[in-house]
Amino acid sequence: MSASVLFDAPGPATRMRHRIYTAVASAGILAAVVYAVLKLNDDGQFEYDLWEPFVTPDYLGTLILDGLVDTVTMAVFAITGAVVFGFLFGVAKMSDHAFIRWPAWVVVEFFRAMPVLLLMIFVFSMWFISTKGSFLWIDQRGGFFSVVIALTCYNGAVLAEVVRAGVAAVPKGQAEAAYAIGMRKTQVMTIVLLPQAVKVMLPAMISQMVVALKDTSLGYAVAAPGLTRVGQQIYREFHNQVPTAIVLAVLYVGLNLLLTLLATWIQKKFVGEKKIDVVAVAAGIDKNRA
Amino acid sequence: MRLRSALAATTAGIAIAAGLAACGDAGSDDEGRDVDAKSDCDGKFAEGSRMAELADAGTINVGHKTDQPGVGFQGATDDVPKGFDIEIAKLLIADLCIDPASDKVNWEETISDNREPYLESGKVDVVLASYSITDDRQKVVGQAGPYMVTGQQLLVKSDSKIAGVDDVKGKEVCSVTGSTSLETIKAKGAKGVGADSYSECAEKVLDGTYEAMTTDGTILAGLAAQNEGELKVVGDQFSTENIGVGYGKDHPEMCEWIDGVLEDAFADGSWAEAFKLTLGPSGVQTPEPPTLQPCK
Amino acid sequence: MLDNLDEFFKGFGYTLFLFLVCAVASMALGILLVAMRVGPIAVLRSLATVYVSVVRNTPLVLIFIFFHFAAPIIGINFKWVQVHVGSFDFTSAFATAFVALSLYTACFVCEGLRSGVNAVPMGQAEAARAIGLPFGGVMTQVVLPQAIRASVPPVASALIAMLKNTSVAAIFFLAEATAAMRGLTNDYSSQRIGIFLCFAIGYIVLVEIVSMISLSLERRWRVA
Repeated sequence: MSASVLFDAPGPATRMRHRIYTAVASAGILAAVVYAVLKLNDDGQFEYDLWEPFVTPDYLGTLILDGLVDTVTMAVFAITGAVVFGFLFGVAKMSDHAFIRWPAWVVVEFFRAMPVLLLMIFVFSMWFISTKGSFLWIDQRGGFFSVVIALTCYNGAVLAEVVRAGVAAVPKGQAEAAYAIGMRKTQVMTIVLLPQAVKVMLPAMISQMVVALKDTSLGYAVAAPGLTRVGQQIYREFHNQVPTAIVLAVLYVGLNLLLTLLATWIQKKFVGEKKIDVVAVAAGIDKNRA
Repeated sequence: MRLRSALAATTAGIAIAAGLAACGDAGSDDEGRDVDAKSDCDGKFAEGSRMAELADAGTINVGHKTDQPGVGFQGATDDVPKGFDIEIAKLLIADLCIDPASDKVNWEETISDNREPYLESGKVDVVLASYSITDDRQKVVGQAGPYMVTGQQLLVKSDSKIAGVDDVKGKEVCSVTGSTSLETIKAKGAKGVGADSYSECAEKVLDGTYEAMTTDGTILAGLAAQNEGELKVVGDQFSTENIGVGYGKDHPEMCEWIDGVLEDAFADGSWAEAFKLTLGPSGVQTPEPPTLQPCK
Repeated sequence: MLDNLDEFFKGFGYTLFLFLVCAVASMALGILLVAMRVGPIAVLRSLATVYVSVVRNTPLVLIFIFFHFAAPIIGINFKWVQVHVGSFDFTSAFATAFVALSLYTACFVCEGLRSGVNAVPMGQAEAARAIGLPFGGVMTQVVLPQAIRASVPPVASALIAMLKNTSVAAIFFLAEATAAMRGLTNDYSSQRIGIFLCFAIGYIVLVEIVSMISLSLERRWRVA
């Protein structure tokens, strides 16, 4: 239902009224923006000193190369892990064997209902137990991998549900036909059901990537690298919190909008308009459950 | 098509940013002391001792802080941290015949959450992170030193009326979650607020959210110096913190070695020099070197 | 762990309080936003759209950082908040978490409600209009009551996500459950697995309660 159904094509009186509303609203917004800008200016927030780090090659390099790249790397690692996790547990949850199905269900529910930050802090405090001090690349990145592992488990649990919902969305006849021509369970799943499910799941998976990308910033709590961390170091050194927050927001929003564009494009190209309600799935509201 | 234009826009944005980049010149570069690696390590350490292993390997992992100006601080573009903790660490590293300025040293940030686990697991070999010697900690890790004696004080705004710990009873005082300072200030009747780092506390004192923050006087002095004219350290020290070097409990032989290096540094003036260089700018007078505690 | 049950419950007390007040505020703001988004005034429509797309693409941590470290510099400060109930102190840390979480969650509530509005059959609005109701009447009498039913699952999921997100306040001065866990694992580092499991189960119980409430609401309000 489009918004226009909610109201009539406005007549002259209504149009007049809408014009007044529009004018009032625009004036309000304009006033707010002008006030904000003046206020920032009064406080000297536009002074070059505060913005200088963002045009200094050293800091810009750190921000883009270390911050942005680390953020994206963590997100890519996490989402790759989450996809693997999601497929494994999603399929396990649909297993015919109760001894596979139930543990998978417990694991998925556990990770889905827990704050990812709690998990991250826990992984971080457990990180050193298995590793002895060394110069291994993996060993020096406790924060980095705490973020990756926590996000893998959380997003993996969400994707497991997406996988399950995706497979459930494949018409029943497909599986029946596959069984009829003599395929076995594994074949039905891997050759017939999953390939079709993936098509439906793709947009949901990519929007989950946006979630993962945003959540990498939680690494703030465990000394992990990334944009937020670099921003923190910059405002600690220069006390330019307002400019730093603005720059970080622009970078994150830009990155996420790019991802969302990608998701929309992929959806249009491969899927059409069908999609799974990933938000409801993520929160653990399963209409078939109770 | 929309995707392509968005990509183009981003690329253009980065290009513009790169173009602008040429004109900025922020940041400062003050270096610490240069400490040369010693070269007498053949046979200096007992066979099988941790020191001999480290000297042979030629690499070492050092745990430090990054948010305490003058003590242990690391800016966004700094490759290595700087501060008094770091200067003492350099002396230890050099004694193992490792060049403190080389990439053979792995500087690892430790936050209050992970100093003990890092040492327990051997992820870092020594911790110099404003690490007070306490009985509780000595149950799980080894601690040598102290190389500095300080005490808990309050950091307030320059125009604040708070003069000492009696003035903050019932008020919110900021410190770091999991630190001894937070427990102490709660015991003194204030409402402790736990932050993620001392710099964050200082921010919140500056903007007036909290009237005071508390931790070791040396850390506060560094923060006060960083915000000169806006923050001041007040009151008598209401605790005594012996800042020591943490090491793994599995390697008790390290204690004698650390104490030996510290003893030499006290004697030849390099300790005082390091103190003056790092904490002097914060207005802390260089004191007499502390008395070392006997190794257990 | 058993010796520190009071810290456990105090931590979850803060978590629960924060969740409840943020739930009310983000619902109110979310309803306002969705009214702007589907309403006839183009300026308000774009304002709400811009708000939603900016906020939903910004990490929550960054919003917290803004209100804690950037906003006070330009004079937005919550130090005047001083409410004390029993042993709970609701001061600036709580107020800041409240503002940040509510502003963040409102855009997800708005999206949830919008999907609810979109789920109301077109004929309903057309019929309402046909009997002469203005936009306000169409919304309050016909569309919203049905939209709210249809949007129970997505809105509840936004609120559940918010419940989990209250943990972010732990790294910003608020002594809620995750902060309590951090303190305890620091003091009793040999028992950290047990401590972690207790807190994890605490959160899971809260999440399950909210999701049960949502399920029962959904059943009660099911559109015939």
